[in-house]
Amino acid sequence: MKGAMYRSLQRRIILVTLLVSYAPLFILGFSIYYQFYNTCRDLTEQQLRYRAQAQAAVVDLFLKEHSAILSAMADTNRFDFMVEDRNLSRILEVMNNRAGGFVDLGVINSDGLQRTYIGPYELEGLNYYDEPWFAETMARGLHVSDVFLGFRRSPHFIIAVRRQEGNRTWILRSTVDSEVFGSLVRAAQVGRTGDAYIVNRDGTFQTSPRFGGKILDPFFLPTNLFGGSTTVLERKTDGHTRLYAGTWLKNNKWLLVVNQGTEEEMSRLFATRDLEIIIICGGMLVILLATVFITRALVGRLQQNDQKVSELNAQLIQSDKLAALGKMAAGVAHEINNPLAVIQQKTGWMEDLLEEEELKQSENIEEFKNSLQKIEEHVDRARKVVHGMLGYARKMEPHLEDVDVNGTLKQTTELLANYARINNIDIQTDFGADLPIIAADQAQLQQVFFNLITNAIDAIGQNGEIRIISEKVQDQIRVHVQDNGPGMTEEQQRRVFDPFYTTKTTGKGTGLGLWISYSIIEKMGGTIAVHSRQGEGARFTVQMPIVIPEKK
Amino acid sequence: MDSFRVLVVDDEEDFLETLVNRLKKRNLDAVGVKSGEEAVEEIREKRYDVVILDIKMPGGMDGIETLREIKRIQPLVEVLLLTGHASVETSIEGMKLGAFDYLMKPIKLEELLVKLGQAFEKKDTHDQKIRGAKIKELMRFPGRVFKQIKEEDKE
Repeated sequence: MKGAMYRSLQRRIILVTLLVSYAPLFILGFSIYYQFYNTCRDLTEQQLRYRAQAQAAVVDLFLKEHSAILSAMADTNRFDFMVEDRNLSRILEVMNNRAGGFVDLGVINSDGLQRTYIGPYELEGLNYYDEPWFAETMARGLHVSDVFLGFRRSPHFIIAVRRQEGNRTWILRSTVDSEVFGSLVRAAQVGRTGDAYIVNRDGTFQTSPRFGGKILDPFFLPTNLFGGSTTVLERKTDGHTRLYAGTWLKNNKWLLVVNQGTEEEMSRLFATRDLEIIIICGGMLVILLATVFITRALVGRLQQNDQKVSELNAQLIQSDKLAALGKMAAGVAHEINNPLAVIQQKTGWMEDLLEEEELKQSENIEEFKNSLQKIEEHVDRARKVVHGMLGYARKMEPHLEDVDVNGTLKQTTELLANYARINNIDIQTDFGADLPIIAADQAQLQQVFFNLITNAIDAIGQNGEIRIISEKVQDQIRVHVQDNGPGMTEEQQRRVFDPFYTTKTTGKGTGLGLWISYSIIEKMGGTIAVHSRQGEGARFTVQMPIVIPEKK
Repeated sequence: MDSFRVLVVDDEEDFLETLVNRLKKRNLDAVGVKSGEEAVEEIREKRYDVVILDIKMPGGMDGIETLREIKRIQPLVEVLLLTGHASVETSIEGMKLGAFDYLMKPIKLEELLVKLGQAFEKKDTHDQKIRGAKIKELMRFPGRVFKQIKEEDKE
């Protein structure tokens, strides 16, 4: 029960200490990580934003340049000149020399008929009148199309310009090499996870993304999420978080998207976080071990002290009790002894009178004598009890002499050997050889040993063993009297030194033996303790300080 | 020689009366008194061999005072102390003041008789020594012998 109290105390101390020391550690760890994460994240976002803006500017420039070259060619050459295969081929050559990336070149009249075509496909004579870009170009003068399959059944986009030449309107149209354009966009890809592509307003890939799709596939993010200036979004796919920076190109229909997995860019952050977690875990472990170790030591010490204090208290209580009872005993003794003395004298007087001649003739004379005898016996019994009680007070003044404890034990054992033999009890002795001669009252000490051994014999009853051990422990002599009798309950152990406490049958023990023994040993500055468990016998231990006799 | 004279002092009347009766029955010249004051008066007036004196007597003179007074009046009288409790200090004090011995109540008459016997013996030896010494002394002054003897007889 007491152990549980200390364990709970230990638990509480450990818990509170850990709470108090872990809380700041956690707060510190989290706040540092949070700050670091935010900084890192802002930095990554910023970089991505700049890259998107820069690349958008490059793409804008590319489109503007190519549109400008095409417009210049249309503006500076007449229709009749352009429809000549030779001339158109020469112009395509000049254009590619200037800018590069033009795949083919075609001249289309106002009816949508492609009059001349220079390029890798067989497209001459086709009519584009129903194509959306045709109407758009006729209306606006310049058109950059979305990527489409067209007659050639392969993804591409075109740039077309309208030329008004007198009454004649015609269109110069060129296809941009999607490889050249795609690689231009992909220049913004960075690292293992970086990706860059262009998406049109309807969310269709205009260039091939590095991951998750190909040209003309749908883009999974709605494009209206991206605002006027560069917008950065965070999305989680397949357990990876990615940042998407989108910038609308100047034509306002294409969105340049640069994205990157946060893990890569923030890997340094995560490395730092891992290190922090390791350090914090290590710290926690050290704190835990130290706390448990210190708390255990503390509580252990506390428990020891408490035990000492409670033992001391028990001794104090016992000696207080004895002192009070001693005083009371002296008073009670007087009050009992006087009536006893009267009874005794009166009985004696009656016996004296019975000796007279006329009374001797009485037929009940033997009965009278017998009764008087009994009265005297019981007065004597009462007298013994009171004298035993008073013996306590009288024996308070020890007479010091040189005492050989082993010798005294031997004498006492021999005195009781017969009594033990009758009850078939074996007395084993193990006397320490290094016991010094001490100054003590031999008669008192003998009385103590006598009481202890007699009690051991009486406790066993019949058939058993008593071990008597003497030893020197530091500056003390210890004598153990151990029996293999029935043992004692805790209640019995607590009361065993109380006066008049006896477990023997009425009239057999006064219950004063151990009380007097205790007082004697206490006067010597020692203690008597009992250790017992029910069914396992009992051990009485006498501890006496070694008092060296004065040299005479 | 005349019988031994015993004075018993105890405030417990039942005890006193019975003990005196029992002693008388054993051919001792016993007298009982109930207080220290009466005992001192008795000692002043008559010769006693042994006084049996209870140490604890409430009211009036207690045992120790009485003992002191008795010893002052008749230094040669032997005193047996009776005690109902084990006041070692008191008993030791009594012994120091010249008491012969002490006995714990309740006393067995046999034990008391043994102690009484010892006390008488001591008293007797003492008396004889003194008597002898006195005779020796008187022998040195023959002229005064008869006068002294006469005076002693008168006492």
